Amino acid sequence: MKMKRFITNSACHILLAILSVIWVLPIFYVVLTSFRAEGGSYKTYIWPKGFTLDNYKELIQGVNSKIQGGTSIDFTRWFMNTFIIAIFSTLLAAFFVLCVSYVMSRLRFKMRKPFMNIAMILGMFPGFMSMIAVYYILKGLGLLETGTLKQLSLVLVYSGGAGLGFYMAKGFFDTISRSIDEAAYIDGATKWDTFIRITIPLSKPIITYTLITAFMGPWVDYIFAKVIMGNDTKYYTIAIGLWTMLEQEYVEYYYTQFYAGCVLISIPISILFLLTQKCYVEGVTGAVKG
Amino acid sequence: MGIFKKKAASEFDKPRDAGALKIMKEGNTVTRLSFLVFGLGNILNKQVVRGLIFLALEVLYFIFLFTFGIGAIGDFITLGTVEQGQVYNEALGIYEYSTGDNSMLCLLYGVITFVLTAGVIFLSCMSAKSAYCTQIRRQKGQEIPTFMDDIRSLKEENLHAFLLTFPIIGIIVFTIVPLIFMILIAFTSYDHSHQPPGNLFSWVGLENFASMLSSSSSLAATFWPVLVWTLIWAVTATVSCYILGLLLALLINRKGTRAKGFWRFMFVLSVAVPQFVTLLTMRTIFNANGPVNVLLRELGIIGVTESVPFFTDSLYAKITIICINIWIGVPYTMLSTTGILQNIPADLYEAAKIDGANAATIFRKITLPYMVFVMTPNLITSFTGNINNFNVIFLLSGGGPDSLEYYYAGKTDLLVTWLYKLTITQKDYNLGAVIGILVFVILATLSLLTYHRTGSYKDEGAFQ
Repeated sequence: MKMKRFITNSACHILLAILSVIWVLPIFYVVLTSFRAEGGSYKTYIWPKGFTLDNYKELIQGVNSKIQGGTSIDFTRWFMNTFIIAIFSTLLAAFFVLCVSYVMSRLRFKMRKPFMNIAMILGMFPGFMSMIAVYYILKGLGLLETGTLKQLSLVLVYSGGAGLGFYMAKGFFDTISRSIDEAAYIDGATKWDTFIRITIPLSKPIITYTLITAFMGPWVDYIFAKVIMGNDTKYYTIAIGLWTMLEQEYVEYYYTQFYAGCVLISIPISILFLLTQKCYVEGVTGAVKG
Repeated sequence: MGIFKKKAASEFDKPRDAGALKIMKEGNTVTRLSFLVFGLGNILNKQVVRGLIFLALEVLYFIFLFTFGIGAIGDFITLGTVEQGQVYNEALGIYEYSTGDNSMLCLLYGVITFVLTAGVIFLSCMSAKSAYCTQIRRQKGQEIPTFMDDIRSLKEENLHAFLLTFPIIGIIVFTIVPLIFMILIAFTSYDHSHQPPGNLFSWVGLENFASMLSSSSSLAATFWPVLVWTLIWAVTATVSCYILGLLLALLINRKGTRAKGFWRFMFVLSVAVPQFVTLLTMRTIFNANGPVNVLLRELGIIGVTESVPFFTDSLYAKITIICINIWIGVPYTMLSTTGILQNIPADLYEAAKIDGANAATIFRKITLPYMVFVMTPNLITSFTGNINNFNVIFLLSGGGPDSLEYYYAGKTDLLVTWLYKLTITQKDYNLGAVIGILVFVILATLSLLTYHRTGSYKDEGAFQ
């Protein structure tokens, strides 16, 4: 019996190890290329001939364009731009999502089922189908006048429709026992108190999930950011900035710096995940037993 | 649970859930007049603040309507009549542009006016309902709530209104209005030869749909094959990512596994790296001169000058994309299922163990039904997401390899990437909008059918 368990456990660990290698290898390649001393894009070999920190140095100090009249690289600034936008849109989006999911899960009112159906219907339209219209609405509201306002409008674009993505959190709230709510009502708590004091503290895993997904948005979105920022390089987010570095005319100059940039932006997101990791480790089941 | 249902049913008999028709039938004159003069019933019954707020909103709307709204609706019908033209300025001796109507703005302002009007109709019902509630309270001799009571009720019976207001405003401005706008575009001639502000476009009815679906045109010859590939892609991508991700999560979560956090971290690392980075890296790795081909050459599997056409052959490209998508999607599923797996009541497992169930039975009878119950809406969302999965296709293959038989589309193009090419590259906004609507129709039919059949829709309380 003990032997059998030992074999199963070892097999599982070996399987996990093999899978991890497959999943980590491409990331390793990104890191490897970011330290590559030779510039230029594709090479006929995998292991770099030399290693250097210059890619990172150039990136952080900023590079004036190597092409006449081209975009200069201002990575630090782009990083801060994205970071600020991400923080604000995460807070707003998480607030929206939690509000809507709690209402859909716990409160009963006439418009509830219609709202859920409408939300699902809206989710079925291709997201950027409405991009052009959003652009003109923002323009009409005067939100595209200056760079700072453009950043505000990006925050709004990323978080505005977030309330529609409530399914995951609602599914989670549905699994929290109702008897806890009942107990709170008997003790004289209002529904609002129950939401803030009981449901939210019990929902750490799903809040973490909501926060992480919302935080990722601005770092990975290219299309909306590009449409709204246009050629305003100073206010670029990381994604458009890095993308610019891969454009045909820049790729031969900035290829390795591009990978250095990728490594740098992955760091804050990984740290964030490490911080929230402990929310997953402790399941809420222990606390929510009715 | 039965108790909740009964309670819910009786709540709907309250006056605050009365429909507009019922109010018209049972309300007194003041209540009925409240449909037209907002807040009338409240003001006459000492709820002055509530009434005045209603009234102020109505006045604001009418000011908007008379200064701007009526003109906007007129322009909406014609989509502009004055074309931008050139006028010869004799003093300067040059041609100057005279501003014409901008059809696009006409359409947009029209839509905004309609949405505001819909909002006011809703407000009118609210006003009448509020008057009706007060009327009923009076008849029953109950106390009439003051403004402070109204505010307090936002924490209790009106909590849903309080919590939903801001999310809904966001949804209306950033999702609904743009969507209505784009849907209307599908019925116009807004293509590459009708670009405002230089040219006007006009309503053309169902013409765009006809040319997209009819059998003879080159548009239809592109649409159907692209649609088939989109469906194959969506099914394969969703199912593979979900099952493999769930298995991975179980593998990490099982009791015997050590260092759970470490393994989770190894996989989530690929989530932490922004998606476009991994996608572009993958594209580099599978490039004709990329590391994978270099490796295959060095191992002697293919010739020194040969390369596997990962993205240039249509079949290879499709398989490569699905595999890469598994690489990307599995950690996401793992991440989202972990939280829910931990939320399965532990006593279910304990009871099963006492009854002598083995691991396979527990998975089949407890874990899987529970996961499917909680995750069905999520599965549908991810299926929808895959049909609309722009990033993966656009960044990996860009829709290529290109095909001459298609109208500006490649062999791996999904409907959405084709939509992108049509709108951004080709500026055929109307065709793009038609595709958007067709995608929607397909998704709506598929998911409404499945969603209504699932447990989590019919019986939300099953696991409570």
